[in-house]
Amino acid sequence: MTEEIIIAGFGGQGVLSMGKILAYSGLMQGQEVSWMPSYGPEMRGGTANVTVILSDERISSPVISQFDTAIILNQQSLDKFENSVKPGGLLLYDPNGISRHPQRKDINIYKVEATTEAAKMGATKVFNMIVLGAYLKLKPIVKLENIEKGLTESLPARHHKLIPLNLEAIKKGMEIVEIVHVV
Amino acid sequence: MKELRLMKGNEAFAEAAIRAGADAYFGYPITPQSEVMEYLMAEKPYERTGMIVLQSESELGAINMVYGAAACGKRALTSSSSPGISLMQEGISYIAGSELPCLIMNVVRGGPGLGTIQPSQSDYFQATKGGGHGDYRLIVLAPSSVQEMFDFVSLGFELAFKYRNPVMMLSDGVIGQMMEKVELSEQQGRLTNQQIDELYPWATTGKKPGKERRIITSLELDPGRQEKHNLKLQEKYRKIETTEVRYETLHCDDAEYLLVAFGSSARICQKAMDLGRSKGIKIGLMRPITLYPFPYSIIEQLSKQVKGILVVELNAGQMIEDVRLGSHDRIKVEHYGRFGGMIPSPVDVLYAMEKQIIGG
Amino acid sequence: MTQNFDIPEIRTPENLVYKKTSVLTDNVLHYCPGCGHGTTHRLIAEVIEEMGIQSEVIGVAPVGCSVMAYNYFDIDMQEAAHGRAPALATAIKRVFPEKFVFTYQGDGDLAAIGTGETIHACNRGENITIIFINNAIYGMTGGQMAPTTLPDMPTSTCPYGRDVKIMGNPLKITELLAMLPGTYYVTRQAVHSPALVRRAKKAIRMAFENQKLDRGVSFIEIVSNCNSGWKLTPVQAIKWLEENMLPFYPLGDLKVNGELVKKSE
Repeated sequence: MTEEIIIAGFGGQGVLSMGKILAYSGLMQGQEVSWMPSYGPEMRGGTANVTVILSDERISSPVISQFDTAIILNQQSLDKFENSVKPGGLLLYDPNGISRHPQRKDINIYKVEATTEAAKMGATKVFNMIVLGAYLKLKPIVKLENIEKGLTESLPARHHKLIPLNLEAIKKGMEIVEIVHVV
Repeated sequence: MKELRLMKGNEAFAEAAIRAGADAYFGYPITPQSEVMEYLMAEKPYERTGMIVLQSESELGAINMVYGAAACGKRALTSSSSPGISLMQEGISYIAGSELPCLIMNVVRGGPGLGTIQPSQSDYFQATKGGGHGDYRLIVLAPSSVQEMFDFVSLGFELAFKYRNPVMMLSDGVIGQMMEKVELSEQQGRLTNQQIDELYPWATTGKKPGKERRIITSLELDPGRQEKHNLKLQEKYRKIETTEVRYETLHCDDAEYLLVAFGSSARICQKAMDLGRSKGIKIGLMRPITLYPFPYSIIEQLSKQVKGILVVELNAGQMIEDVRLGSHDRIKVEHYGRFGGMIPSPVDVLYAMEKQIIGG
Repeated sequence: MTQNFDIPEIRTPENLVYKKTSVLTDNVLHYCPGCGHGTTHRLIAEVIEEMGIQSEVIGVAPVGCSVMAYNYFDIDMQEAAHGRAPALATAIKRVFPEKFVFTYQGDGDLAAIGTGETIHACNRGENITIIFINNAIYGMTGGQMAPTTLPDMPTSTCPYGRDVKIMGNPLKITELLAMLPGTYYVTRQAVHSPALVRRAKKAIRMAFENQKLDRGVSFIEIVSNCNSGWKLTPVQAIKWLEENMLPFYPLGDLKVNGELVKKSE
């Protein structure tokens, strides 16, 4: 099994940390993992993306141009990465702020209203965990118990009290993910 | 039990420095390697092992602090990225001339000038052919994974002290910024001052009664003696060239075409090789691990076997000169590179191989 | 032909009035006759001997006239790149906090090319001693303008005198360093008369003793002559120093025990 994922959105949306939690969870599950961020002068508001690879084998290139899954969190990223999803692959996005929706017919497209749901939960910071939950519902490549371990490892100890809220958000994401188009 | 961690390359390098028993890190922040000092400062190595961490006023300050500590027989290191490494060249030349051991990490970014903060391999010439003034060489290690960012720290110190020569790790923004699984090795102890005195008879530790004073200098105004000093350096480099060559080959046994790449490029090439082989093209990969000394002999050997070589670098063509030297123009050797922070995909590399080598 | 000046009947214990310190080697100094470097070397060596710290001292030589200072001190020494001595000393002291560490630098080394290293080592309060020889000229390279060259003073790169409008003003770096919180003792001394030599030696002793306190940098400027660079005889050079250098670079303590010294006048 090899899963090649791009997660892309605005800086500050938790793109990099979602990737980190996913990578850590893969590590807890005994998989080979790589996490390759775009890095730039932007801190908040600029575009940010990260390539995460989970595999049963040694990972060759951490830099790739085609992905099994694209998790898209803003319009610029959708425009940039829609065509980078392998045929038959998965595109998951949050429609909030999206005016031009995905067009491709040869990939599976799902949406998750994570921004809206996070606002409803009164915890905008768990937005990325709702998205992660939606992804794991579609591709359960790591077990929830390993996600919990991944959260414990990747979050600083002072944030460990927030783990139950994060897990709740992941479960919420699993519940609210919707089909847009399937091959 | 194995201690596994998910770490950025820069963080793995920093943790490795602590665990290798380093005595002192001196540095100045620059993207994309600032995590090194951030990690060290957060980890408080002065509490863990007694290791010193100091943020200097400039890269000039940093490399000269490394010089001072190295001259005391201490395990000193620094890290920077391309523009900062340029600023360090003066000190590196002095360290090489004075024959001091130290470790220098360059997490390369694109240039020239302020260039970009994105990954590049355009400092190959600077690292492998000297860099500063005078006839000298650095031992250059090219990590291509986060694990090697960790492992090459203790290897680097070992080589540095074995040859009394500065060692450079030539990494780049990809390897420095990415996270991978790292297996951490156990904590090595720092040497005591008494051990340093016994092991390193050249180190300035304070003149002992009845013993000769120790002087660390690269100055020798008498041409005859300066030539002798240079010949001694050259003799050392020849020894390094015969004993310290390191490389990795993948699928070279039956290869008809060869990719040669180091560091992050080698990772991309590995995937390109897999893609090619799935299409029935017999591609092999040779990855130099030491860029100086360069593995000329394996290039020579493989150039008798394969039909063509594609050298893939994140620069305009630097290592290709060494590959051509090794191949003695026996076969076609072409370069494929992106620069300015652009990174080719494995598909791009395979396309270049098909177009420039196989079809060309 | 070598003449033997040794007359054993004169060389007797009761006639011994002066003995070269054992911390200086027997190498012949390369400094010009009349230059202050030799005297300053001797004072440092004497202080090291008197404190009994020969095995505990690590010195850093600069680039400039005193580039080969390590040939004369019988102690462990490192040779720095031009201007970088305070960076080396910073590291030496931090890896060997129990040792005594000093740099020996000229005006070009300390106040021009090494200004950054000097200011930041002083500002960090490194627990080291810095000996700064100010003779207002680059001696080693043949008499070029220094950061401390006086207004209107001629040198080979300002042959018609230093025009401050074009070439900038002399840098009173010692006054500047005294303002930094990291300096503990800052003083300006000279070595061209016996009384001044005695005073300078006391200052050097204090600068080394201070390292036991771990309170920051002890900085000693020695206003010296460069009769070769100034194109004067040694005697003329001392007169010129007194008439021109000392009014601009007045002698005395600027900071003692971490407190700025208030001028009485």
